[in-house]
This record gives sequence, structure tokens and C-alpha cells, in this order.
Amino acid sequence: MINAVAAVAAVALSVTLVAVFPRSILVFLAFQGSMLFVYAAPRIAGWLRWGLLGLSLVVLMPMIGSVNGYYLEVATQVGIFAALALGLNIVVGLAGLLDLGYVAFFAVGAYSWAIFGSPHANLIFGGGFPLAPGWFYVFLFVGLGVAALTGVLLGLPVLRLRGDYLAIVTLGFGEVIRVLANNLDKPVNLTNGPKGITPIGRPPLPFGIPYSEAFYFLVLLIVVVVIVVNRRLEDSHIGRAWEAIREDELAAQAMGVPLVRAKLLAFACGASFAGVMGVVFSAKQIFINPESFTFLESIGVLAMVILGGMGSIPGAVVGATVVTVLNLQVLKGFSLWLNELKNAGVTVLGYSLANLPTQLEPAKYERMVFGMILVVMMIFRPQGIFPARRRQRELAQAQVDKEQVAVAGAEP
Amino acid sequence: MDYELLIAIFPQVVLDGLLLGFMYALIALGYTMVYGVLEFINFAHSEIFIFGAFVGVEILLSLQSVGWLDRLPWALVLIVVLLAGMLASGLLAVTVERVAYRPLRAAPRLIPLISAIGVSFFLQDVIRLIESVWRNAFNLVYPTIDVMNHRFELTSTMDVSVRSLVVIMAALAMLWGLHALVNRTRIGTAIRAVAEDQAAASLMGINVNRIISLTFLIGGAMGGAAGVLFGIQYSLINPYTGFIPGLKAFTAAVLGGIGNIPGAMLGGLVLGLLEAFAASYMSLLTGGAFGAEYKDIFAFSVLILILIFRPKGLLGEVVRGRA
Repeated sequence: MINAVAAVAAVALSVTLVAVFPRSILVFLAFQGSMLFVYAAPRIAGWLRWGLLGLSLVVLMPMIGSVNGYYLEVATQVGIFAALALGLNIVVGLAGLLDLGYVAFFAVGAYSWAIFGSPHANLIFGGGFPLAPGWFYVFLFVGLGVAALTGVLLGLPVLRLRGDYLAIVTLGFGEVIRVLANNLDKPVNLTNGPKGITPIGRPPLPFGIPYSEAFYFLVLLIVVVVIVVNRRLEDSHIGRAWEAIREDELAAQAMGVPLVRAKLLAFACGASFAGVMGVVFSAKQIFINPESFTFLESIGVLAMVILGGMGSIPGAVVGATVVTVLNLQVLKGFSLWLNELKNAGVTVLGYSLANLPTQLEPAKYERMVFGMILVVMMIFRPQGIFPARRRQRELAQAQVDKEQVAVAGAEP
Repeated sequence: MDYELLIAIFPQVVLDGLLLGFMYALIALGYTMVYGVLEFINFAHSEIFIFGAFVGVEILLSLQSVGWLDRLPWALVLIVVLLAGMLASGLLAVTVERVAYRPLRAAPRLIPLISAIGVSFFLQDVIRLIESVWRNAFNLVYPTIDVMNHRFELTSTMDVSVRSLVVIMAALAMLWGLHALVNRTRIGTAIRAVAEDQAAASLMGINVNRIISLTFLIGGAMGGAAGVLFGIQYSLINPYTGFIPGLKAFTAAVLGGIGNIPGAMLGGLVLGLLEAFAASYMSLLTGGAFGAEYKDIFAFSVLILILIFRPKGLLGEVVRGRA
């Protein structure tokens, strides 16, 4: 009972605060924290928990967005990365295949709509483009299909490789896709090279909803679908096969798991989520270029999965939220704050902050953040913030095994 | 197609390829030695490599600022810078191993790899942070030493600078030194024993942890030397420069057979030559449709092809469960 009251109070209080202080980053973080609290609080009736979460996401978040539009943008970005993290979670978390080039599939989806949804395709096919905006909805599925196909094409040659080699090859593949996007403006202008493609068409919307809200709801819808699919996959035949492969490939094969098929399916599933989000991303941004699809993004998504906990669905969502908010708000906010202090001529311990070097931009240090997340999580909490139950048991077992070995080794 | 041009630039391309190849070989040693003892890809090696380049440039810039760069004999400067780069990178590699890899030695395979990726990213921005605070710039240019820019004209289409000769000779000396160390000394024997079988080596009285640290020290030092030579040869460095050469050096290590020291040298040279040829000839052969910008794709395709058709590499022996 106390928990239920606390949950309601947390949401209500944080929303009120956001309404009062629409510019405060801390208050918006509190709102996000309240959602996490509602999700994680013990002993709350299911209807209340999901009702509050639904209310926060469907009603309160757009309201906050009408007060401060940037927060809606942040929420949309969180959604996009949550879907990516959930997709990568299938590949890395469930099937145990470390994919370091995941953002390539996102790029494939994004470019598939960018090329046909903009006048750019005229350069390739002569005329008749861009496609009518309504095609966007068709391209959600085209992007899914193309990305899944790319996943299979990549998977076929490399899935025989053992874990760490697979990681490097997928990294190479991600770079290949980026280099191609950068250079395929000749001999045939497919991607327009580093200049990128613009303007990319946006879908027609019912009831005249503004685009920022429409994209928020579209992303939210896709994330919900992805979560449901993930949830169903986890306990399905193929989901069990993936986890068996992750635990022990040889044993899984001996039990009759078709290794290549299961791995290909994992690649294709993970890729398809990224493909869909790529289509949404390109329409939302209107402009894309290869800079959005660097290795840094792949590692960012990986950091989300690792932070939340490999193989854990709530983990992937929480990881995506934390990392995105850290990037978009905390680091940027810190940069702004530091600049203000600099301009105000504040001194700390006799050192005038105005003397700080101009190259020192906290917002540019996302690699440091990703890197720290990866190392610290691996050393201190490899199961993540919200560990998947099975994964937790596995790591605990590994610990026991290690201790037993140590004990056995100590005996004469 | 212009066959005369193709033939005329051939010697220059070979020379460029060899230069690049020696660089890759030096970096590849770090990957291959660590893989040999721990069966683990030290993803952070590319940053250990570029750290050496930064230490080198800092020393050269400070010498320049006090006006000693032109007064001291250039060979001495070069040796000091090389040694400092090696020492710094070696120590960094040992620290990284101690902090980020050793606690994870018993963990499932992917865990130390992810940690290594984290270290790699972390180090990139740490270098950037330090240079931003210290110099208010993180794109640094190696100061030139006049003697080293002197060029010998060998034929009408081929010339070689003192700088390139120095790089090649230093790389050769380093490779020979490592070869001697690993094959002719007690320490080398211990390293090979640990690579063969850690438990057995430990029973023979070898301190396995110390040998692993030593492997990181030597591999890191080779990387640091490569970093300094890289800076001398290509001048412009930034904290993110190391990544792509690191990846290619890893490709070279796999190409030669990972875990195998002569293999890393051979793989580096082969990859360097292949890449130089791809960069110079691709555009000529395809009539300008595909240019040098595809050379990175070329290197990765080589990696994928080797892993598919000859996962043990050119000189590698079969190791259980690999690839």
C-alpha cells in the first residue's frame, strides 16, 4: 500500500515539478526516475504499475513536451535507441554473438527510405521521385526486410567464426557500410557521399498532429511492439535455442539446435528492429549522412545493452534511457554550465575558470562515458542493472565453479 | 589503360607498402603476443600505440620550444624519443592489463573483450582530455627535423626520404630484437611456455602473472615504437588516429596466424603491400570509378576472406577451438 502511494506520489510530484521548472534538467531526470521507480517498486498491483507507466508515457510525456519541446525530442531519441538496444539485445544478450557493427543495419534502413523518400532517387532512376509520403508506412516494412536480408548476408560467411573473431568481423562490416555510404556518390550516385541526403519525406498524419508528437508516438508504438516481440521470442523455441548457443555451442549442437539457422535468425531479428528504426530516424531527421552511423554509435548501443544487463528486456530499455539522457542532457548540460561559469569569470581555488582551454568540451567526451560504462560494468557487475534471471544464475554458477576450482587446487 | 604509368610507379608503391607494412608488423606484435598468452584480443592496443605517438610528439615539441631540437644530434633525439614512447606505451599496457583485464581472467570469453573495447574508448578521450587541457589542441603535428626530409632520388619515378629509411631500419632492429628476446633468452622461453600451457608453466616455477605483465610490457613497447615511427612518417596525429591502423594491424596478425610472432611480421608486410597496391592501382584499373578511399574496405575484405578460408592464417598452427 505504501509503495503504491509512493509510486503515485512520485509521478505526480515529478510532473508538477517539471511543470513549474520546465528548463531544469534535474527535474526532468526526476520524472524519468519516477517511472523507473514505478516499474521497479515491489508489491504494487499490476494494473496500477502499468497504468501509471502508460499514463506517464502516453499522456504526461507529451504534456511535458508541450511545455519544453526539447524533452519530447530526448524522449523520442530514447525510444529510438531503446529499440536499437532491444534489437542488439537479441544478438548479444540472447544468442551471445558480439556484434560491433550493429549500426550498419540502422544505416541500411535509414538509407532505404532516404533514397526513395527524397528527390535523390531521381539521379538513379531518372524521374518520378520522391515517392508519395504515404509510402513511408510501406517502407517501415521494406526497411525491416532489407535490414534483415543484410543481416543474413553478413551472417552467412562469418557465423562459423568464434566469438571474438566474429566481433572484429562485424566491426569491419560496420566500417565497410560506412565507407560505402561515404563513397557511393560515384560511379552511381547512390548515397550522395558525405554530403548526405535531404530532404527526406515525412509521413502523412491523421488529425493534424504536430510532427514532434507524431514521431514520439510512432517510436513509442514501435518500442512497445519490439518489447512484445522480444518477450515472446525469449520463451519461444528459437529463444531457448539462442540461449543454449550462448551457454555452450557444442552442447547446443549436440542437442539438435541447428547452429547456423539459429544464429542467422538472431542476426536477422536484431537487424530488422534496427532497420525499422532507421526508416523512422531518416524521416524524423529529414537529413541523413554517414556521420550518424559510425562505430561510436555501435558501441553506444552496446553500452546500453551491457549497462542494463545482457539478455534483459527492461535492462535494454533502462540502459538506452540512461545512456541517451547522459549524452543528450547531462553532458550537454554540464558543457553549458561550464561555459556559463567561464563567461561569468568564476574562480575555483584561485584558478579563474575563464582560463580553461576552449578545446575542453565536456559534451564531446561520450567515448569516455561509454568506455567507463563498459569497463566498470564488466569488472563490478557483468550482469547489468536489471539482470535477466537466467543470466544471473549463469554468472553465479561461474563464480561457484571458480571457487570450487580454487578449493580443489588448494588440496594437496 | 596506361601501362607505362602502372609500371613506372611500381617501385614507389612497393616502398610505400613496405613502410606501411613495417608499421603494421610492429603494432601486430602487440596483438599477437597477448593473444598467444591469453587467447584474448587486446582491443585497447590501438590506443596504446597512439599513446606512444603522443609521448613522442610531446617530447619533440618541448625540445623544440627550448630550441634544442636543431642543436642536439638528430640520431640521439630519435633514440630518446623512441625509447620514451616505448617505455610509456609499455607501462600503459601493463597498467591496463592490471586494472581492466586481470580481474576478468576467469570470466566468459566476451567479458574481457567488452572491457577492452571500453578501455580503448576511454583512453581515446583521456588522451584528448589531457592534450586539450595541456595544449588546447588535440590534433598535433610532429615537428620536422630537417635532415630527415632529405630525399635520395633512386630513379626518375622513385625517391626515398631519410625519414623512411630511418623508419624501416628502426622497425627492422626492433623486430630482430624481439625475435632474439623471445627465442634466445630465459624470459623468452618463459613467455613461450606460458603461451603453450599456463598451468604447466606455473608448475615449472614460472610466475605466470609476471610473465603476462611482461608480455603486455613488450607488446606495448613495440606498439609505442610503432606510434613514434608513425608520427615521424605521417606527421599528423590525433587521439582517434590509432583506431584504424590498430584494426588493420589486427588483420595483419590474423593474416599471419594470430599468436605467431614471425606470422605477425609477415602478415604486416603482406597487408601493407596489398594496401599500397590497392590504394595506387584501384583507381587506375577501374578507370577512376573506385579510388584509394576503398583501401579500408579492401583490408577488411582480406580479413573476412582469411577467416573464412584459412582461419589459422599464413603461418599459424591449428589451435583447438579457434575460429
